[in-house]
Amino acid sequence: MNDFKALPDLAPPASTSGFIGWLRTNLFSSPLNSVVTLIVMYIMYLTFVPMFDWAIFSAVFIVDDPAACKEAGVGACWAFIGDRLNLFTYGSYPTEQIWRLDICFVLLVLSFGPQFFEAFPYKRLLGLFSLTVFPVVSFILIKGGMLGLEEVPTDRWGGLALTLIIAYVGIVAALPIGIALALGRRSEMPVIRTFCVVFIELWRGVPLISVLFMSSVMLPLFMPEGTNFDKLLRALIGITMFQSAYMAEVIRGGLQAIPKGQFEAANALGLSYWKSMRLIIMPQALKLVIPGIVNTFIALFKDTTLVLIIGLLDILATVEAQIQDPSWGKVNVEGHIFVALCFWVFCFSMSRYSQKLERKLHTGHKR
Amino acid sequence: MADPTRTTSNSSKTAIWNDPTFRSIAYQVIAVALLVWFFYFIFDNTLTNRAKSGVTTGFGFLNETAGFGILMSLIDYNETNTYGRTFVVGLMNTLLVSVMGIIAATIIGFILGVARLSHNWLVAKLATVYVETLRNIPLLLQIIFWYKILREYLPGPRQSIHLVQDSVLLNGRGLYLPQPVPESGFGIVIAAFVIAVVASVIIVRWAHKRQEATGQQFPSFLVSFGLIIFAPLAVFYGAGAPMSFEYPALKGFNVQNGLRLLPELTALWWALTMYTAAFIAEIVRAGIQGVSHGQSEAAHALGLRNAPTLRLVVIPQAMRIIIPPLTSQYLNLAKNSSLATAIGYPDLVNVFMGTTLNQTGQAVEIVAMTMAVYLTMSLLISAFMNWFNTKMALVER
Repeated sequence: MNDFKALPDLAPPASTSGFIGWLRTNLFSSPLNSVVTLIVMYIMYLTFVPMFDWAIFSAVFIVDDPAACKEAGVGACWAFIGDRLNLFTYGSYPTEQIWRLDICFVLLVLSFGPQFFEAFPYKRLLGLFSLTVFPVVSFILIKGGMLGLEEVPTDRWGGLALTLIIAYVGIVAALPIGIALALGRRSEMPVIRTFCVVFIELWRGVPLISVLFMSSVMLPLFMPEGTNFDKLLRALIGITMFQSAYMAEVIRGGLQAIPKGQFEAANALGLSYWKSMRLIIMPQALKLVIPGIVNTFIALFKDTTLVLIIGLLDILATVEAQIQDPSWGKVNVEGHIFVALCFWVFCFSMSRYSQKLERKLHTGHKR
Repeated sequence: MADPTRTTSNSSKTAIWNDPTFRSIAYQVIAVALLVWFFYFIFDNTLTNRAKSGVTTGFGFLNETAGFGILMSLIDYNETNTYGRTFVVGLMNTLLVSVMGIIAATIIGFILGVARLSHNWLVAKLATVYVETLRNIPLLLQIIFWYKILREYLPGPRQSIHLVQDSVLLNGRGLYLPQPVPESGFGIVIAAFVIAVVASVIIVRWAHKRQEATGQQFPSFLVSFGLIIFAPLAVFYGAGAPMSFEYPALKGFNVQNGLRLLPELTALWWALTMYTAAFIAEIVRAGIQGVSHGQSEAAHALGLRNAPTLRLVVIPQAMRIIIPPLTSQYLNLAKNSSLATAIGYPDLVNVFMGTTLNQTGQAVEIVAMTMAVYLTMSLLISAFMNWFNTKMALVER
């Protein structure tokens, strides 16, 4: 008897592996699929080739003279963006004071960058820093008027910096109010509960733009005569009210996900209401809703552009004003694409972050 | 327990401020007092401020003459009409763009959602790129972007872009669609349509009852679909096609005839549609993926073929997941239509909260009325959602 010896395996047929195999399973798996693929490819050819040509190959990137952008056959004029980049980032903040904004940007990156890294040990501490110390320090730096810093009035704030300020204040101020409202909505006291429900549903039912209109025309009416309300402050109050209602609903979702046993266990240990909330319920509930909070933040961040309508110069409003400049020709599309890109980078990375968190948090709560 | 004196002494010693019932009542009384004080403070200040600036209080201004024109109106309107009528005009424009947006966004959103799950790699990736791009860019930016493109990059009337064999014209002044002109006898067609709808509702109910009772199936979907499409068509041609289309055409320096959509409306509609479609696509995808694979496998095991599996097993369960977030997207779209004010489309916020407020100075009344409109809309939609959820909730044993 001969020893049985297996022959080496044959290589899989070329049509099922490698690049060709991939093509066959993903693009040409059936006659219908092949037709669809070809049609889509043709449409992509028709649209993407001129688009790339406009945006990259015949675009003007660096130029001294704006007139070069107006020549025929020239694509996108990115030089315009480069020329106005400072304005788009800092608005009309005094040039010699810009270092103050720069410090805030760096602090912002330092307090949120490490949150993306799994191994970073002091996440909680850093989170606390970014919600408490950071806003105060930034406010002092940006507003000035103390510690020997020259005061910069709020109507000089603008550009991307203003957009970030509004979004950040909105989220930081809305978080505690949202927590209070969420607790109130689940309270056993009917008056408090009714008040919270009405407050939340009222703000959630109306568009942000009407809230902004309201805060800009009605707040001055509500205050005793002589109270001078800053335009930015009025917008911030409106945004915070609006945002805290949404935040409350997100947090309520987290509270509802906590099993009843946790509340009962806290009671059984003799903890008071606030102690049980602070030590037992909130840490669990907030952890659950971080993705939800990030998603609300994304929505808020996009909504900050609405302050353009009540006359604040955020990044979109600044770009809108600059593209009117006739010396560069028609630069609408370039300007808008630049703003879109700024928002897209922020929102997309945040949504990826929240998806990652969701996946990470999901595992521990499967029942 | 063993020591009865302890419990009695304990309860008698409990201070009144440690009694939970008393505490809760006290908190609520304080809350009410604070609220009353707050509203009194606001109310009082508002009255004082108004008296200073000479603005009257109340809704009397609604009967005064408006004296300004509105770009577009679905009902008759001119400068001599009242402020009250500007409210109605704005409201109708808001509803118009909302309904147009909801229809278009639903169609595009469903197509995109299915495309994201396509087996074709290219189609799935393109849909993903679309969704991830559009929903991460502020809507206001998109609206302004499309509006500027329509206004500045499209040619004048003489160089209009001709679409669909010259029946649709697009230029910097708007989008011109063929205008349907009903002629005498068109009422019969509408009547036929209504009868067909009523008949198909009856047929569906009857078929359902019969199937419950006897198990016999009836192709009620096909029959009612055919009825709704072909009955009005047959009547239409039977009555001698009592409708003609007025096509837009270039006359002199401008396009005449046809149904003109203002560039403001076109840009707003387009942007709202594209933006909301991205969100709807995600909802549809999540809904379809939310139906567990075991369901379609079980259906196959029972001997159902692909089409009935989809129609009877997958889609009904997916719709249960899809419809609640879908309605809230519709609500979002209606609320987002208020961004129209940035490009000057005369919606409720632009006309009423903008021009009317500026002219009359009746801030409180106008803001309250506008907010009431949106609140009513959102309460109606959430009422629908609750009704739907109770109707569709899984009946568990």
